[in-house]
Amino acid sequence: MMKAMQTDLRSDTVNAKHSDITEQLDHAQLCQWLSDVANKRDKQAFTLLFKFFAPKIQRIARNKLTNEALANEVVQETMGNVWRKAHLFDDQKGAATTWVYTVMRNVTFDLLRKVKANKEDTLSDDIWPITENTMLADDVFDDHLENKQLLSGIDKLPENQQQVVKGFYLMEMSQEQLAQHLNLPLGTIKSRLRLALAKLKVQLGESND
Amino acid sequence: MIKHHPTFALIQSFVQGDLPASLSAGIAIHADMCLACQQQIAQLTEQTAQASFEDSFTESFKMDEDAYLETEFSIDFDQMIADITENNDIALQETKIEKTITFNKKQYVLPAALNNMAFGKTAHIGKLARTRVQLNENEIHTSLLHIEPGGGVPEHTHKGFELTLLLAGSFHDDQGEYVKGDFIMLDASHQHHPVSTKGCLCYTVANDALHFTQGINKLLNPIGAFIY
Repeated sequence: MMKAMQTDLRSDTVNAKHSDITEQLDHAQLCQWLSDVANKRDKQAFTLLFKFFAPKIQRIARNKLTNEALANEVVQETMGNVWRKAHLFDDQKGAATTWVYTVMRNVTFDLLRKVKANKEDTLSDDIWPITENTMLADDVFDDHLENKQLLSGIDKLPENQQQVVKGFYLMEMSQEQLAQHLNLPLGTIKSRLRLALAKLKVQLGESND
Repeated sequence: MIKHHPTFALIQSFVQGDLPASLSAGIAIHADMCLACQQQIAQLTEQTAQASFEDSFTESFKMDEDAYLETEFSIDFDQMIADITENNDIALQETKIEKTITFNKKQYVLPAALNNMAFGKTAHIGKLARTRVQLNENEIHTSLLHIEPGGGVPEHTHKGFELTLLLAGSFHDDQGEYVKGDFIMLDASHQHHPVSTKGCLCYTVANDALHFTQGINKLLNPIGAFIY
């Protein structure tokens, strides 16, 4: 369960330009924004996350890298990963701050290796996995549970992918029928279907292949 | 049972991402086998993250106010948000593939932390076999060291540090027996002569050649360079 821990630390005067969000750690709020980004690709929620985290990441990175360009790269990469990987965040497993910190630490680590060791490898995700994909014993569902899991997974997909998945699998429409019905090019239907399936696969765990 | 763990200071640097890849991987591999350290890392990461994103922290190392405000604008945040959100693709979780490594016809599962590291060719001296992990960390050398049953490393000391992490099997020295998962960090003040009765595979990190200390073994100093 997400702890809605709040600190009493208020911002002082700096960052007045970001004053549209409260400058205290509101874990529940951060989780909500992350989940909106994951489930709805919500740009507004991402902007709020960005305004909360980006200036802090920039300051931390600057302190660590003492190079403006590299520090900016950390901000860009970290926030880019937040946008692309938000669906891998699981609020049952930890706070949003912990997750973003992990993403930032990993980005910084790989970047520093690139500079210091002149290596283009990305080792950080092996050393500090962003998501735990070890299957626990109780993660093995029987068919009924798995179906329920699948349905709730579909409900978590972005609206446009839901339409396609539901139409194709639950209403058994063909991809061509769907294209016609939704007035979309066939390629779009196919790519939405592919994206949705990949996401469902992640949600259900890879071992169910 | 695992008896040797990384120090708190090491775990702290690990969480902050301040250790070289070689030592970071060593701690990750150990934590994979050690629940106590795993929990300590999780807790410390949560606390560090929380502290990092509190204003009081990031403002504590603010530079000269004017310079700071000036550089603050070096990123066009709105533009960056637009760039990032322009592409709607999501990153798919990669399936972890288990990799293996073979020493003397025996196959070992490679720890996940080493999955994307490059390995050199295996070199042999007697019952020792060594494969270099190619991390490019200057004076820090990282290897997988395989010891056949009955093999060992002659009495030695080192000028820098030497981490030995047991991945499989066991060995002993005059301090006792070490088992899979043990994280053994030694420095120049230690002198030891590890022997593996049943054979073992170790992940080793050292930042200086071993130095053999006893009589005839001094002739073996090339082995020191071999292992380091």
